[in-house]
Amino acid sequence: MDSEATPVHADLTLVVNGREHRLNVDTRASLLDVLREDIGLTGSKKGCDHGQCGACTVLIEGRRANACLALAVAHDGAEVVTVEGLADGERLSPVQEAFIENDAFQCGYCTPGQLCSATGMLDEVDQGWPSAVTADVSTEPVLDDDEIRERMSGNLCRCGAYVGIVAAVRAGARSREAAEA
Amino acid sequence: MTERLESREKVTGAARYAFEYPVENVAYAAAVQASVGRGEVLSVDIEAAQRLPGVLAVLSHENAPRVDSEPDGELALFQSRTVSYRGQFVAAVIGETLETAREAARLVRVEYAAEDPDVRLRTDHPGLYKPDKVNPVFPADTELGEPEAAFTDSAVRVDVTYTTPAEHNNPMEPHTTLALWDKDGSLLLYDSTQGASSVQSTIAKVFGLDPTQVRVIAPHVGGGFGSKGSPRPNVVLAAMGARVTGRPVKFAVPRQQMFATTGYRTPTVQRFRLGADPDGRLNAILHDVFEQTSTVREFAEQTATPTRTMYQAPNRRTSHRLVALDVPTPSWMRAPGETPGMYALESVMDELAVVTGVDPVELRVRNDTDREPESGLPFSSRNLVACLQEGADRFGWAGRDPAPGVRREGRRLVGTGVAASTYPAYMQPGRAIARAEPDGTFTVRIAAADIGTGARTALTLIAAETLKEDIDRVTVEIGDSAFPRASVAGGSSGTASWGTAVVRACESLRGRLNGEVPPEGLEASADTSAEVKNRDEYARHAFGAQFAEVEVDADTAEICVRRMLGVFAVGRVLNPMTARSQFIGGMTMGIGMALMEESVMDGEFGDYLNRDLAQYHVPSCADVRDVDAFWVEESDPHLNPMGSKGIGEIGIVGAAAAVGNAVHHATGVRVRDLPITPARLLPHL
Ligand code: FES
Ligand code: FES
Repeated sequence: MDSEATPVHADLTLVVNGREHRLNVDTRASLLDVLREDIGLTGSKKGCDHGQCGACTVLIEGRRANACLALAVAHDGAEVVTVEGLADGERLSPVQEAFIENDAFQCGYCTPGQLCSATGMLDEVDQGWPSAVTADVSTEPVLDDDEIRERMSGNLCRCGAYVGIVAAVRAGARSREAAEA
Repeated sequence: MTERLESREKVTGAARYAFEYPVENVAYAAAVQASVGRGEVLSVDIEAAQRLPGVLAVLSHENAPRVDSEPDGELALFQSRTVSYRGQFVAAVIGETLETAREAARLVRVEYAAEDPDVRLRTDHPGLYKPDKVNPVFPADTELGEPEAAFTDSAVRVDVTYTTPAEHNNPMEPHTTLALWDKDGSLLLYDSTQGASSVQSTIAKVFGLDPTQVRVIAPHVGGGFGSKGSPRPNVVLAAMGARVTGRPVKFAVPRQQMFATTGYRTPTVQRFRLGADPDGRLNAILHDVFEQTSTVREFAEQTATPTRTMYQAPNRRTSHRLVALDVPTPSWMRAPGETPGMYALESVMDELAVVTGVDPVELRVRNDTDREPESGLPFSSRNLVACLQEGADRFGWAGRDPAPGVRREGRRLVGTGVAASTYPAYMQPGRAIARAEPDGTFTVRIAAADIGTGARTALTLIAAETLKEDIDRVTVEIGDSAFPRASVAGGSSGTASWGTAVVRACESLRGRLNGEVPPEGLEASADTSAEVKNRDEYARHAFGAQFAEVEVDADTAEICVRRMLGVFAVGRVLNPMTARSQFIGGMTMGIGMALMEESVMDGEFGDYLNRDLAQYHVPSCADVRDVDAFWVEESDPHLNPMGSKGIGEIGIVGAAAAVGNAVHHATGVRVRDLPITPARLLPHL
């Protein structure tokens, strides 16, 4: 028998959306499967399980990541935010609101990933990170539509809601700014 | 403008899809695919798999429960040794966890007696045949006048062949089923489907049950685009696994396995011959289509059917020839028939425009018709010309220089193109039930599906309008086969069909409401079978026009769609917000078809080579720039009580031709084989 086939389990602590979870997980399990199957947070979606679609995007320590590519055991103690953690209680985040107002989804399956990705991306822009389409990387990037499209291209939407997504991210960014000002 | 009613659930992660229903004691399935393209399974060695702790069962033809294969050969899971195509499911593991099931599936050893698979579609294949009908019930061939002679005698002739590749639907949510058997022998399925009622009846047949013993629940579905229009092997696998283990079992087809097991659009080869006067008036249209099906189940895509509807010409012929190959069974993908057929027709019309020197918009206007050319029926409404004209205005078409390959902006060649769209306005029979509650609210129930179309919202608007109530007082419940039977979300017929049933149920309820609602509520139901059957004879179709502007890098042949604009005539638009998303979504998929989507058949071993989203490219955010959709006022009394035509598919129809025509205008190169990749274009620049 393949020795590597014998399941190995490990203890793991995750802080998801501010709540601590103590778990014992199969060391082969992805963070995505632990979130969905063990913790019961099914908001994060599985579109490909191979880091090719972005449906599973969550924020790990504030940075967006494909949860299907993250081995759960490698993130002991990590702070994770999923789509379920984006709203402040009943109050939706500006990006969530903007997604609704701009009909930035149809089936909704890519939406949790889009939302987490947009949230993480706006922080990246705030921190001055350039993208592949930033003309002058020595300056603060300006979030125009080209920047949004480039930075959101890790999240596929087969329903083709990109036009709405770009409009929503643009609007969400504006109302975030307004809220911060 | 009404926001999607389930918006909040969808942006907070609360909307549950099939895999996500919390059930006790659930087990997981993982499937093993055939590694040969044709042959027989000789043996299935399950020893290593079974030794893994947490493996509950290993299924193959050796031990699987017998099921009825009559409804659909693709659902006859593990019923014989025969391997009909590479990638077909030949075994499966049920395990305590996902990880265990997947690892065990890897350890299952299958031996085959392999034969060489026959997998290449070619127009000289000896197995080509004429199908009895093409999807769903159209004749394979039609002929009027003397097409061959008229073509030969025409002053202007275009004779060209287009090919479109196999394409995969790739909804973002994989085909998924969670199956639970009850002690009383009934089966509960949480399924990712476009039609709860049809899964219910099909699966009942497969497992030899009465339909009342099967319940299918699917309130949220992560897209389908046709591929979830009928149950796929995942349903049977989950139900079998659950029966054998006595546990609830769930199975989501891994993305890589979807390419063989969940349907795709057939590749096509289409020869077009257009004969015309020097002024572009068509005299002869000949459209001969070659495409594939599998040996498991016949699917004949109706590729030439839009040619029977679009343009006048006294002499005409359409034909479909099929060959059954050792390939996965092709099936519905967004606007089957219209999508590949209109790509070819609208491209060859552009070629005719170039040859005759007639403006492409004007050429289409010149060949407009007020009767459906082949059936002779009057159109219930046909506003193709209005769409072309409004589109031309909005896009800024006037004054376009027709010369190809002459507009240069630095390294970029720029061009514009136009194409027409069409899609039939189908309607299916169905039922609905409407209830008035004593608290003044209303509930309407129907087993309809919202796969992202906005159906739930549209049906609520329809119910509220009929009841003359505020939308907040009306709840429409869908996605459950326990509700009155509804047709599949397919053929852009959902809202027309379900909406009619909802209107009739609500009308009947209103008729019965006089004053107080009794404490137990008041109910009325409707069945639209007779109404659908007794409709007057009209040719009912939606039309549209799409305009595209592209830039092509003269050095790399990289193509960018700068802007795209569609104008559609679809009867009454019920909810502008979701309708616009439907159009734009279809057009976006059309960009994919034009420029990137292509499933490549492995000629030696069978099955598609590019089996994931890294290799099968669909449009990403950066590919979709300025895309917008509009519609013209259209009032059509011959459709349904809402006056609406379907809108889910027409957006993709013609989109690829508009892009391809723009690429020709930009570069002077006519690529007749989709997709138009840099590799195909660059050698000609
Ligand atoms: S599911 Fe993780 S990227 Fe697709
Ligand atoms: S909304 Fe359906 S995939 Fe994006």
